Amino acid sequence: MYLADARSTKSDRAADAAPDSGPGRRAAAVPGTVFALGAVSLVTDVSSEMVGAVLPLYVVSALGLSPLGFGLLDGINNGVGALVRLLGGHAADRGGRGHKLVAGLGYGLSALCKPLLLLVHTLPMIGAVLAVDRTGKGLRTAPRDAMISLATAPEHRGRAFGVHRAMDTTGALIGPLLAFAVLRITDDRAERAGYGAVFTVSGCVAVLGVLLLVLFVPGRITRAGLPAADPAAPGPTLRDALALLRRPALRRLALAAVLLGLTTVSDSFLYLLLQRELDLPAHLFPLLPLGTAAVFLLLAVPLGLVADRIGRRTLFLLGHAALLGGYAVVLSPLHGVPAAAAVLLLHGTFYAATDGVLAAATAATVPDGQQGAGQALVGTGQALARFACSLAFGAAWSLWGPRPALAATAAALAVTALAATLLLRPATPATPAATR
Amino acid sequence: MTAPAPAAPVSEEAPAPDGPSPLRRKLLVLLAAVLLLAGVGTAAVRYAADRSDRRDREQAGGPPVHEGTLTLDAGVAGGRRLLLRNLAWGPHRDEIAAVPADDPDGPRTASGVKCLRFHAAAGTGICLQAEHGALDDTYHASVLDASLHEVERFPAPGIPTRARVSPSGHLVGWTVFVSGDSYAGTDFSTRTAIVDTRNRQFYDNLEDFRVLRDGHQVQASDVNVWGVTFADDSSFYATVATGGRTYLVRGDLAARTLTTLHQNVECPSLSPDGTRVAYKKRVDGADPAAPWRLYVLDLATMTETATAEQRNIDDQALWADDRTLLYSMPGDYGSDLWTVPADGTGTPAVLVRSAVAPAYLG
Repeated sequence: MYLADARSTKSDRAADAAPDSGPGRRAAAVPGTVFALGAVSLVTDVSSEMVGAVLPLYVVSALGLSPLGFGLLDGINNGVGALVRLLGGHAADRGGRGHKLVAGLGYGLSALCKPLLLLVHTLPMIGAVLAVDRTGKGLRTAPRDAMISLATAPEHRGRAFGVHRAMDTTGALIGPLLAFAVLRITDDRAERAGYGAVFTVSGCVAVLGVLLLVLFVPGRITRAGLPAADPAAPGPTLRDALALLRRPALRRLALAAVLLGLTTVSDSFLYLLLQRELDLPAHLFPLLPLGTAAVFLLLAVPLGLVADRIGRRTLFLLGHAALLGGYAVVLSPLHGVPAAAAVLLLHGTFYAATDGVLAAATAATVPDGQQGAGQALVGTGQALARFACSLAFGAAWSLWGPRPALAATAAALAVTALAATLLLRPATPATPAATR
Repeated sequence: MTAPAPAAPVSEEAPAPDGPSPLRRKLLVLLAAVLLLAGVGTAAVRYAADRSDRRDREQAGGPPVHEGTLTLDAGVAGGRRLLLRNLAWGPHRDEIAAVPADDPDGPRTASGVKCLRFHAAAGTGICLQAEHGALDDTYHASVLDASLHEVERFPAPGIPTRARVSPSGHLVGWTVFVSGDSYAGTDFSTRTAIVDTRNRQFYDNLEDFRVLRDGHQVQASDVNVWGVTFADDSSFYATVATGGRTYLVRGDLAARTLTTLHQNVECPSLSPDGTRVAYKKRVDGADPAAPWRLYVLDLATMTETATAEQRNIDDQALWADDRTLLYSMPGDYGSDLWTVPADGTGTPAVLVRSAVAPAYLG
């Protein structure tokens, strides 16, 4: 995959040399660095989703452990990961090669965890390895998005993030398939050896991801038309990072992301609702996440282009309208597979219209020197808000039952979407790019 | 729209004035790394595949296993039999096999039917099986007649864990782990179903039953039900978990209710005389990865008795008779079956090696 990208990078450069040659232009909108980061994410996601797909099976059937403490652990890990993201984003902004360094550390930590899984056989130890894995993911997320922002011209960031997210999601789809293929070849579900093979292959794939990063992602990200950052200049301090929130454009965007995050029901809840409210056959349950991922994958690039055209904040809001539509279908009297397909289509559209698009919108609100911290602030705010929503939704479900809980969430989403629309009105453009 | 600014990384990939270009060198490094990593991955997969092949060859010193005909009827010649999932290495690994109850180490008669979990009573069997599909493993519950032929098949949305048939053979129940069936990330939970084989009524999720605690209905999204054990053709016992606690419940199929009886009870198993329940109790101060001990609860007095088995247990015990419990423990070939007296006396002893999922017939 990368070889083709490397070639296209070359032709981009040729196009730059002769600015009038048309064909190279289009490709140049998404620079080689983004494809390189996309390839790193694709390969890394193959690795991590391989493990993610078999871990429940492994814990229950091979180790004979109880799965019930596992979910709590995962929740805590997610929270830790979100906080580590702030740290990673800020640390990455300090020093000229900081982004690649911190991202590399994050990818490296996660790669290290895969072979470690071969050695640990108790739930607390598995939990510890998973915590380190999440720390790695937390560390790398913000620097990676910062690098995509820095490498891409502001007007093309929607498309660039779309390309990255599409490649990322491709990896997430391949991972489980590869894991089950390995288990099939080894035909060894009840014993540890088959899972050992999965973890080993996953570790190899993860090392490949780190290598792609080291070899093909430039240490100092620059884009044409902008001077490279002065390596001697002091990096932003923690105070500078917090001062980002004094920027109206970023504050409004972060606030909107948090508000909308508070009314975004987690994926696992949504799939559970689909199954129960739409009367889906139980065996379709494992396929639901694949449906969302496939739609996300297909629409990420087209919707990124749309975002560049009509404005990222507009599309971000429209994406939440799609989510609201999904809630409405679940609440409607529709039943069965067609209704579930409609919900998954809307859910995947929601991700394609909001995930990379929010990162692109964030990039426009912070100076180049603080892209890491900016991405981390908005991303962490959104992640913590969604976690809070999960807890509240669980409580509402217990009190009122699933349908009233979703109806309340849908009403809240409509209100927060309205508030976010007011917040994100392009009234006072801080910079020309910020309104896009 | 303004014309897009030409954007390209000013990268370290720019051709050097002399020597091979850095890009070519990087591609060579990448190629070498891919070959090396592919080698490591292939070796790991082949090693695991070889290991799994070894399991198809008969294990030295293992119990003799031969193919034969099995029936699930209670009153056949040859006396009482113990049915189990044979874990001994060889061509009949994972098949349901029978041994004489009074000679459990004796030759095993393998049925050719492979099950992950199994139970049988009075001419009815329940066999939880995996199907290895292209995309994912799927599971189903297969209701078997007395000659182990499938009568009906039900989809099971997860990894099988428990299976039971009622003493009359009329009701079957099973529990699977459902992935993603809860609200915290990759958390997963259980799903328990019951089928009435007389009218084919399918209760596909006992979580839909009303849970009654102290006379009030419990409303919670986190209700989980697992480990059914049947009392008769309309009532059963099971574990309900909600709010971080587990309860022994008595279930009523007709009324679709689950009534809590006692706290901290998992995977109950009703004694043949119906007076006691053997179960996994989560004990204080135990290793959180191995928190369960085997207990017996007297249903009339609600008094708990610890058995002499001091180790962690993760199985739904089986009553060999009104005095003796049978349960699985990790063993060299996956699992062995152990026995211990139900009244707290005696010591645990191995009954049969390389076996899991037992059921007594006759």
